[in-house]
Amino acid sequence: MALQSLDIKQRSATTTPSPQARQTVEIAKLIDVSACIGCKACTAACIEWNDIRGDVGNCVGVYDNPVDLSADAWTVMRFTETEQNNKLEWLIRKDGCMHCADPGCLKACPAPGAIIQYSNGIVDFHQENCIGCGYCVTGCPFNVPRMSQKDNKAYKCTLCSDRVAVNQAPACAKACPTGAIQFGAKEDMKDYAEKRIADLKERGYDKAGLYDPQGVGGTHVMYVLHHADQPKLYAGLPDDPSISPLVSLWKGAAKPLATLALAGVALGSLFHYVTKGPNEVSKEIEDEIEREDERQLREEAK
Amino acid sequence: MTNHWVDIKNADLVFVMGGNPAEAHPCGFKWVIEAKKQRKARLVVVDPRFNRTASVADYYAPIRSGSDIAFLSGVINYLLSKDKIHHEYVKHYTNASFLIDERFALEDGLFSGYNAEKRSYDKESWKYQFDKDGYARVDETLQDPNCVFQIMKKHYARYTPEVVTRVTGTPTDAFLKVCEYIAETAAPNKTMTNLYALGWTEHSVGAQNIRSMAIIQLLLGNMGMAGGGINALRGHSNVQGITDQCLYSDALPGYLGAPLDADIDRKTYLEKRTPKAMRPNQMNFPQNFPKWWTSLMKAWYGKEATPENDFCYDWLPKRDLSYDVLNMFDRMYQGKMSGFVCQGFNPLASVANKKKVGDALAKLKYLVIMDPLVTETSEFWKNHGEVNPADPASIQTEVFRLPVAFFAEESGTCTNSGRVVRWHWKAVDGPGESKGDAEIMAHLYQTLKHMYAKEGGAFPDPILKLSWPYRIADEPSPEELLMEISGKALTDLHDPKDATKLQVKGGDQLASFGFLRDDGSTACGNWIYSGAWSQAGNLTLRRDSSDPSGLGQTLNWGFAWPVNRRILYNRASADLAGKPWDASRTVLKWTGSAWGGNDIPDMRPNAAPEEGVMPFIMNPEGVARLFARDLMADGPLPEHYEPFESPLETNPMHPKNTKAKSNPVSRIFKGDLEVFGTAKDFPYVATTYRLTEHFHFWTQHSKINAILQPEHFVEIGEELAREKGIKAGDKVKVRSNRGYIKAVAVVTKRIKALDVDGRKVHTVGIPITSGFVGRTKPGFLTNTLTPAVGDANTHTPEYKAFLVNIEKV
Ligand code: SF4
Ligand code: SF4
Repeated sequence: MALQSLDIKQRSATTTPSPQARQTVEIAKLIDVSACIGCKACTAACIEWNDIRGDVGNCVGVYDNPVDLSADAWTVMRFTETEQNNKLEWLIRKDGCMHCADPGCLKACPAPGAIIQYSNGIVDFHQENCIGCGYCVTGCPFNVPRMSQKDNKAYKCTLCSDRVAVNQAPACAKACPTGAIQFGAKEDMKDYAEKRIADLKERGYDKAGLYDPQGVGGTHVMYVLHHADQPKLYAGLPDDPSISPLVSLWKGAAKPLATLALAGVALGSLFHYVTKGPNEVSKEIEDEIEREDERQLREEAK
Repeated sequence: MTNHWVDIKNADLVFVMGGNPAEAHPCGFKWVIEAKKQRKARLVVVDPRFNRTASVADYYAPIRSGSDIAFLSGVINYLLSKDKIHHEYVKHYTNASFLIDERFALEDGLFSGYNAEKRSYDKESWKYQFDKDGYARVDETLQDPNCVFQIMKKHYARYTPEVVTRVTGTPTDAFLKVCEYIAETAAPNKTMTNLYALGWTEHSVGAQNIRSMAIIQLLLGNMGMAGGGINALRGHSNVQGITDQCLYSDALPGYLGAPLDADIDRKTYLEKRTPKAMRPNQMNFPQNFPKWWTSLMKAWYGKEATPENDFCYDWLPKRDLSYDVLNMFDRMYQGKMSGFVCQGFNPLASVANKKKVGDALAKLKYLVIMDPLVTETSEFWKNHGEVNPADPASIQTEVFRLPVAFFAEESGTCTNSGRVVRWHWKAVDGPGESKGDAEIMAHLYQTLKHMYAKEGGAFPDPILKLSWPYRIADEPSPEELLMEISGKALTDLHDPKDATKLQVKGGDQLASFGFLRDDGSTACGNWIYSGAWSQAGNLTLRRDSSDPSGLGQTLNWGFAWPVNRRILYNRASADLAGKPWDASRTVLKWTGSAWGGNDIPDMRPNAAPEEGVMPFIMNPEGVARLFARDLMADGPLPEHYEPFESPLETNPMHPKNTKAKSNPVSRIFKGDLEVFGTAKDFPYVATTYRLTEHFHFWTQHSKINAILQPEHFVEIGEELAREKGIKAGDKVKVRSNRGYIKAVAVVTKRIKALDVDGRKVHTVGIPITSGFVGRTKPGFLTNTLTPAVGDANTHTPEYKAFLVNIEKV
């Protein structure tokens, strides 16, 4: 069972009530994009700590290597060149799981205990319970989880839950040479962000601000952005992310029914996955969810 | 660095030009971010590319690679003409008031005394005027037309903003904006730190690039100040250490000039290198040269070195010419060398013109490689296809590979850019048969000694009589070596002023170079490290990070050379009376009886301000040199010269004088001249640089680094890409007159075409990512393209500005 320091708040596809007796401080990682130099020390630390090694890829004409998130790359740097107010800017954003307070992945997941949320805010995947349906991929508004080609299970950043459990900062935060990654209580991180935002405003970034999107209940990975009015500038960070209403609906209103029905869907999806491969599965599953939802809506309407 | 890494946090302005610290020094760069966060410092970057450092800068200005002197001269003109200088500082702490020989002149790009045939200067007319007592003449009003200040005004007036833009391609408004940022730090309580690296040194005018910045920092009064200085960011964790030990042919440890053929005996040698004070009351610290040199000889030859045999002066090699890498490889290329020991060095990938290097190595009888990893050089003979099309059958060179231990597999010290020497401990044993460098060298020495003893030889003494006091002859320990470098008393030392007073007991480690003697009673392997291991023990072991001043001086952290001083020239951080220019950042102050504050004084500790002892104690003038008199090969003031491969036909500063197009005194070897390209065939300016993801040619062997940066690429601007039909991700071929490479194209907004002297100049950026061995995708070596011509003073090759063409493959 979980460590005392990692009380579970939510568990996918589970109705058993969560422990309530202890109070846990909510934590957060703050990524100050204005202090990040894109050195990828965080990426290296992540690969090392989590013992994942992807393939040596190719240069695809930009600095982004690894090119995308994968089961072997839980964080990647995304480099964007843009001109703002007649000034060239090279925006470098560390991408990875945002550890949403209201996690779409967990909501969408039909496998009991495959995705859990700790009371400190970390959203963790427990691969031994994952059935490989890929619903989390669809459910995530940030396009984060990735299916492994090796075991057909979903992987993503754990916010170093193993380190945090023993009072250590995540490996990326520890490795970052410029202090662009800060880690601590979410409240403290917000205070720190405020200082950074004031500094940026003083330097002429009028729209500097904190990215802690309320559409997903806030996140436990937050960004300080120079252009908080345009998150999209940062390699397509969603302006206003939210969980697909359909996911909410079938996990919310129709919960008991959905659980039953989903087991069937999941099996079907797995079949799809095995025969068609991971790349096409998302769309398929999405369609299936939609069909399922429509069916449920119709039934409810009756 | 004149200052140190942590001190960057004290700056008001961080000015980065000729370097890219966010890319190449991400860990040290934390102090730049700290300055921004804590002091609201501004970060300004001038570079041919909008780079990783620029990505977090407050202001960025582009520049054509190879035109830095024009830019910096424009800044100097701005400061002088707008009177944005620190007057007191300039007047008292620099040679602004010194009078120069009346014959000194700059005519059409050439300084007085030029000899075109020898490509060198007769520097007689660059010297000071001296009075009858032998002191330099000065005019404290700074009005005399021959005083340095007036000469500079005239020299720099030519570098107007319009001229700067024409030569550098930097838009005038951007240039002026940078000037404004810099000029603000002329205020006595404002400082600018300058961070530079190979972006300044690797030019045929490299040393003068740095001189230009030194002039700016002196005019602004930023030398000796916390948050100021000229800060060279060194590339390797211990490259400062090897520089200090002077593993070069032109210097002995501690930057002591090595003897030349003309220095026929010790007396001649010492006299030439021991200057007389040029102004009254000055410390003229290099007057101690004989003590440093004699103590070095005692460390090397022990009791064999005696006054009678000139302390073995005759055993030192005497140079006939410079033996820098370009010269070395040229000689090898000419077949004049039979063997080469290559220790921690990958010349096939790093010396200019790969083809020439490969051909040179093929002429050796034997090549010894000492390296922890497989290097390209060790496989120069092997056919790796297009990236190394060697023909093993035609190469007779015998190659020995000796695996050596990595830094973490050995104990010892590393010296960082800030001159801080720190001990580190061995973490694990090296794999297999690998051995430490010192062990291999010791074994080699023992074998040679044995052979000399048995078989004799032409000149056995320097080998046979070398002092070798180590407990295990085949394995000198790092502790023994550091103690030897630091120095000890060989006999009891008595106070020179009072012979009854015992200063140091014979056999004791010395506390500093202040105790060194020239009579053979002290031994010291490197005077500037003296005191690193005193009677108090190994000071490089210290790890006390307490920082009472809050300035990051941490005097009990490791040992900084010299004498644990953290900021060089720190006496200049206070006014003539000894009051700090900025009390909130006090480095040094006069307490009434002695110098105190937050650093080891760069001054005689009891020199009262009234004595008029000036802060630049290593100069016989006592003050800093705006005008370098006869000390530089290519002029007492920097002048803009074009790179040897330039997109322009002439030097826009001197369009009529072909002799002044490029550095008129840079050395050019026959054969290298023939392979210079012209803008007609190679219209684009190329520049080379490192990437964060890789450290030289090591990390290409590490899978994680290979994942982060897998493959060689070149960067071009969007406009050039359009013209050439190149898209991001395309494979391209880049050619210079020396060869070609193929790599992936990165098309970017971050490199812009510049308007230079009426024409459009495109830049092609070529990183040094990896080579053809290791885990990264096998690729071409960047130095296939680079020209073998270097700076006139240091002979550092011009890797940062040359010509190429590019096409899609
Ligand atoms: S970012 Fe995606 S994967 Fe991470 S917690 Fe939120 S929904 Fe789940
Ligand atoms: S380690 Fe820090 S500075 Fe480097 S890329 Fe990651 S977040 Fe940015």
